[in-house]
Amino acid sequence: MKRFLPLIVFAVMAVFLAIGLFLDPRKLDSVLIDKPAPAFALPVLNQPRLPPVTLESMRGQVWLLNVWASWCVSCRAEHPLLVDLAGTGEVPIYGLNYKDEDAAALTWLRQWGNPYTMSIVDRDGRVGINFGVYGVPESFLIDQQGVIRYKQVGPFTREDIQTKLLPMVRQLRQNPSQQNPSQPDKKEGA
Amino acid sequence: MRKLFFSSAQSPALSSMLRVVMLAVALSALWPTHPAAAREAAPVAEDPVVEARLKTLASNLRCLVCQNQTLADSEASLAEDFRREIRTLIKEGKSDDEIVAFLVDRYGDFVRYRPPFKATTALLWFGPLLLLVGGLTVLVITLRRRRATPVEPALSGDEHARAMALLQGSGKDEA
Repeated sequence: MKRFLPLIVFAVMAVFLAIGLFLDPRKLDSVLIDKPAPAFALPVLNQPRLPPVTLESMRGQVWLLNVWASWCVSCRAEHPLLVDLAGTGEVPIYGLNYKDEDAAALTWLRQWGNPYTMSIVDRDGRVGINFGVYGVPESFLIDQQGVIRYKQVGPFTREDIQTKLLPMVRQLRQNPSQQNPSQPDKKEGA
Repeated sequence: MRKLFFSSAQSPALSSMLRVVMLAVALSALWPTHPAAAREAAPVAEDPVVEARLKTLASNLRCLVCQNQTLADSEASLAEDFRREIRTLIKEGKSDDEIVAFLVDRYGDFVRYRPPFKATTALLWFGPLLLLVGGLTVLVITLRRRRATPVEPALSGDEHARAMALLQGSGKDEA
């Protein structure tokens, strides 16, 4: 037994280091899960005459907020999946066009297709900060009461959509009454 | 003046290189400011009190794009946005704690460079102490056990007799 002690210590350390090697330090647990989404009032992309879209106006439906930008390479990778998802009609996708130029954003949508019911414009990234955005693309699933239920950091994979997002959407649709969001513990700064 | 910086003897090459560098620095001061550079320098022109507080705050906050840099060091666009938000909050009269709370509410404790002490971080804070105590315990136990081990008589009576016989060279065993 004693002779194997160094080997055991080595094995334990190796296992921990191996786990560390496969963790993605960029994926942070969102503190906003099960908390009310931050309030916002943002203009609609390419529709300057429409009134600003607010969180209030989205109440009563389960919807996906997808943070995207034309300068974002990973968004391009994710885009076909979103177009497919929009085609199934399972969940409406709203775009948050993040720190982008309107013209570039519109060209991008014309070129690659538009999966969004509409895109709202966060030119200076302020609303992004309120949502805790730190890497585009990010997606938030928001329920009928305006509570964030799921967050995806980085591009969706087909598997993420099938095994995480859609089951959550269906569950929220089926029992909209079972919500009991944890209260935000701090007063909102914005 | 140069002696202040290079006290001991300098090689001629170093000295001429230094002259070139100093000339470059002097010239760059005369150079018309590039628009891009002007944008970077803008914050300095603002309220020095606000900037001082921003600097202190930013050096204790993490840039989430380049995760091992502080907000003060980072030139990532998100860090720029964070600094802008912090500046706004300072001007609104928010305290440092309120500003940190604003970011923690949105990004979690990871945004702080100094992890707060709470249940989930207890191991982080006490881990090294636990390792030290564990090591000391093992050391003490090992030392005690070593002392407690009875010193065995080197040879039994029979063995002693045989050894003596061998030493005396009677050669009984060899026969």
